Amino acid sequence: MPAKKLTFEKAVSRLEEIAEKLESGELPLEESLKIFKEGIELSRWCSQVLNQTESDIKKLVKLEGKKFKLEALDLEAEDEA
Amino acid sequence: MSAIYSLPMKELLSQVKIYSVWELTQEIKSTLDQTFPPLWVEGEISNLSQPSSGHIYFTLKDESAQIRSVLWKNIALGLPFRIEDGMHIIVLAKLSVYERQGNYQLYVEDIHPVGIGRLELAFQQLKERLYKEGLFDEEHKKPIPKFPQRIGIITSPTGAAIRDIVKVARRRFPSIELILRPVRVQGEGAAQEIARAISEFNQFKDVDVLIVGRGGGSLEDLWAFNEEIVARAIFSSRIPIVSAVGHQIDFTIADFAADLRAATPSAAVEMIMPDRKELNKEIRNLSQRLFAAQQSMINSYEQRLKSVLTSYGLRRPADLILQNRQRLDELIRQIAVATSNLIQRAKQTFSTTVGKLDALSPLAVLERGYSVCYKLPERKIVKSAVNLKVKEEIETLLWKGKVHSRVQTIYPE
Repeated sequence: MPAKKLTFEKAVSRLEEIAEKLESGELPLEESLKIFKEGIELSRWCSQVLNQTESDIKKLVKLEGKKFKLEALDLEAEDEA
Repeated sequence: MSAIYSLPMKELLSQVKIYSVWELTQEIKSTLDQTFPPLWVEGEISNLSQPSSGHIYFTLKDESAQIRSVLWKNIALGLPFRIEDGMHIIVLAKLSVYERQGNYQLYVEDIHPVGIGRLELAFQQLKERLYKEGLFDEEHKKPIPKFPQRIGIITSPTGAAIRDIVKVARRRFPSIELILRPVRVQGEGAAQEIARAISEFNQFKDVDVLIVGRGGGSLEDLWAFNEEIVARAIFSSRIPIVSAVGHQIDFTIADFAADLRAATPSAAVEMIMPDRKELNKEIRNLSQRLFAAQQSMINSYEQRLKSVLTSYGLRRPADLILQNRQRLDELIRQIAVATSNLIQRAKQTFSTTVGKLDALSPLAVLERGYSVCYKLPERKIVKSAVNLKVKEEIETLLWKGKVHSRVQTIYPE
C-alpha cells in the first residue's frame, strides 16, 4: 500500500499527476516504470476505498470537558421520541 | 378672568385651590393615563439617541407635529431589528408624563416598521451590517474538500432534512460517515443551540465538512438561520460549512456566512459528496490513461531503438569496415603487382648474371664433354694417373651425374 495517512483526495490527484507525467512522455524509462507501478497501486487502493461497505449514521455526544463520543443513531426511534 | 385679579390677594387665595407643581403634574399624568390607554401611533423617527444606559430616546414626528418617545432597553433588545433615524414606524405605546421635565411622551412597547415586515427588515439590516463587517467576504470562504470521508450534520433528528441527507448519501457514497449533532431548528433558543453545535464540532474536529440546515418553512420557521449568533458561529468555524436551509430560493443569513450554500439538504449532499459511480468511472479512466501512456511510451522507445539501429551513426562502423576492406584489397593488388614486377626484374637480372657466370663455370666445360675425377675417400682431384693405384676407388663427375668406379689398370705415360 502506498504512503500512510493517504486520503482519497490525495490519491486521486497523485494519480492524475502520474497520468499526465506519463502522457508527457518526457520521463526516463526507468522513472516512468516506477511511477506507472505507483499509479496502478493507487488506482487499486482507490477502488478499494470506493467500494467499502455502508457505514452507519452516528450521533455526536459531548461529554465532560472537551471529550466527545459517537453513539449509534436510530432515526426511527428519534421519530417516536 | 380679569375680575379675579382685581380681588385683593388674600381674599383670592382663600377662594382658590393652589397646586404644587408636583400635584399639578400628577393631575395631568393621571388624566393622560386614564384618557389614553395603550395606543398605536404612526410617524417617523428623528433625533434618535442611545446613551450608555442602553435605553433609546427619539422623537416621533409627522409633517406638522412631534412627540418625544422612550424605548426601554429590555424592549429594544427584544426587537429583531434595529431602529434608525428616518425609519417610518408604527409604535404601540403608552402616553404619559416625564415629571422631572414636565414633558408628555410615548413609552414605546412595540414597534412595527411600515411598508416592510419586521423580520424582513431585521434580515436586511443584519445582512447589511455583517456584509460591511466582512463576514460574507469571499476571502474567508474555506474550500470544501473534494472527497470528504466524514460529514458532520447539524439539524433536527426528526425533520425531513436528516432523512433526505441520509437517503442521498446512501445512494451516492455509502461508505462516507455521517455524524449528526441533533438540534432544534426553530423556536426560542434554536439559534443558540445551532451555534453551540457548530462550536462543538470544531472542538471535536474529526469531520471534514459540516452541513447546517433544515427543511423548508416560513420566514419565521427559518428564523434561527437568520440570527447573528448563527452567522458568527458559521464564520468562526474552522471546519468548512455548507448551509442547507429550505426548499426555496430565498437566502438566509447563514447562507451568506457559509462557505457553500445549498438550496436544500439533499442538494448539500449532492454538492459535497462525490458520486461513487462517477468516481469509479474516473478511477478506471485514470488507470486506462496510465496503461495507454505506458504503452505509447514503450512503443516510442521501440521506435527510437529501431531508428537508432538504422541510423547513419550506427551504420558508420560497418561502412568503415567495408571501405577499409576495399582499400585493403586495393593495397593487396598493388602489392601483388609491385612484387611481381620486382620478381620479373630480379629474374631478368638473374638470368643475365647467370649467362655471364655460365661462360666461366666449370660446369660449362663439363657440358662440352670433359669430366673431373676425384680420388676417394678424400675426394681429391686426380690430375695424373700416377697418383692412383689399382683397386683404389674414384668418382667421376660428368656434366650430368657422376660415376663411382674402382681402378683396374694404370697406364702412366
